[in-house]
Amino acid sequence: MRVRRAGDAALLAEVEDLATAHRLHAAVRAAGLAGIVDVVPGERTVLIVTDPARCDLERVRARLAALELPERPEADPAPVEIPVRYDGADVAEVAELTGLTAEEVVRRHASGEYVVAYLGFSPGFGYLRGLDPALHVPRRSTPRTFVPAGSVAIAGPYSAVYPSSSPGGWRLLGRTDLALWDPDRRPSPALLRPGARVRFVPVEGVR
Amino acid sequence: MIEVVRPGPLTTVQDLGRPGHAHLGVPCSGAADRPSLCLANRLVGNPEDAAGLEMTFGGAVLRFHRSGWAAVTGAPVPLRVGGRPAAMNAPCHVPAGACLEVGVPRIGVRSYLAVRGGLAVDPVLGSRSTDLLSGLGPAPLRGGDRLPVGRLPADAPILVDQAPVAPLPEEPVLRILPGPRDDWFTDDALGVLTTERYEVTAESNRVGIRLTGRPLRRAREGELPSEGMVTGALQVPPNGMPIIFLADHPTTGGYPVIAVLAGRDLPVAAQLRPGQKVRFRLHGGR
Repeated sequence: MRVRRAGDAALLAEVEDLATAHRLHAAVRAAGLAGIVDVVPGERTVLIVTDPARCDLERVRARLAALELPERPEADPAPVEIPVRYDGADVAEVAELTGLTAEEVVRRHASGEYVVAYLGFSPGFGYLRGLDPALHVPRRSTPRTFVPAGSVAIAGPYSAVYPSSSPGGWRLLGRTDLALWDPDRRPSPALLRPGARVRFVPVEGVR
Repeated sequence: MIEVVRPGPLTTVQDLGRPGHAHLGVPCSGAADRPSLCLANRLVGNPEDAAGLEMTFGGAVLRFHRSGWAAVTGAPVPLRVGGRPAAMNAPCHVPAGACLEVGVPRIGVRSYLAVRGGLAVDPVLGSRSTDLLSGLGPAPLRGGDRLPVGRLPADAPILVDQAPVAPLPEEPVLRILPGPRDDWFTDDALGVLTTERYEVTAESNRVGIRLTGRPLRRAREGELPSEGMVTGALQVPPNGMPIIFLADHPTTGGYPVIAVLAGRDLPVAAQLRPGQKVRFRLHGGR
């Protein structure tokens, strides 16, 4: 693990892979270090943001190096199941780009075992790893100005569900009625958390 | 209760934001120039984290339906209360029915208004801040909006008549700490960043200050695997023009961060206006 400075209030720990990032993320949270404001996993990093008035960055760095990483980052290994109507506007286009039939695009997307790599872009927007490599297609060259909440989409090596309506350039495969983001939900407004496993379950209207 | 007669170009409710949710994709948000909001709150006897208004380029007219105390800080603006001039950085009494009129700043961008008791709009995830990136919190103010005002214990004192405040620098020199991704840039990139002047563009907002000037060249191709971003990060997209992340910045990003502003210089950056020049220098004692 290499630890870099990110200004005078944060450290960026670099690790070898996503799974280790999730284990480190869990370990930092479990350690309950004083003065930690945010812990943000990335693809191969964990960002630790502190309140410099309440802790010493070099001490945090020393504590990081001594942390024991848990075997399994998530206490509850049950995957989050997301029901999807695969009627997205870009299914045919993805079929064309990949040389697969539309049915095969849907089958491959729905049979993937996904892990939430990290969140970003908008509250509750999880970047899901585990997409079938045959479905790795680039974003649209021109993003849509409006993608409705609940849209299930792919771009590059990721799949995602738009938690709220926003502009977006990902390819739309379907929709879910599940609320990915609900500010009033406890304990977490976000359905997805870093490291959580996800499965997509096709519902009526499968092509 | 306060009635928004005119909101000005962009006025939002801000407190100290909603830290602690970045791993869920929630920006911290909150006042871009935090010390100015904290000062305004102290001047009227509020806790520093009470919600006030962040006025971008001033221009707001607010009617106080009950009498109250207010203070305006940050970018210097002419103030009038009930038609009479009032001072910045000082508590001022607004009689019931009177308007507080905020002029336009000639230097700086963001002025802050605190009201004794704080603005009591509904919080989202523990904060009343408007986050312009994610849309969390109340919408920017519009004419006719009514803002509820909270209550303070009667013994919360107003202690200061006028706070001394240093003037905003005309051409600020912001201190930076290199990294975390300075190794993604050519050897001379940090030298370029710390010797050239950069100009603030009109595309700047609460998400970030977009600069133009001599581009910072990358030493390597490819995409950085997405990683967490801090406020004050100088993120460099492929065009080589750095963006200084402010309060509403995205929580993760895939462009390398060449350096991060010293925390103390963030409020200075938050007052940069389009067309203004800025320079950077290395922060001592890395």
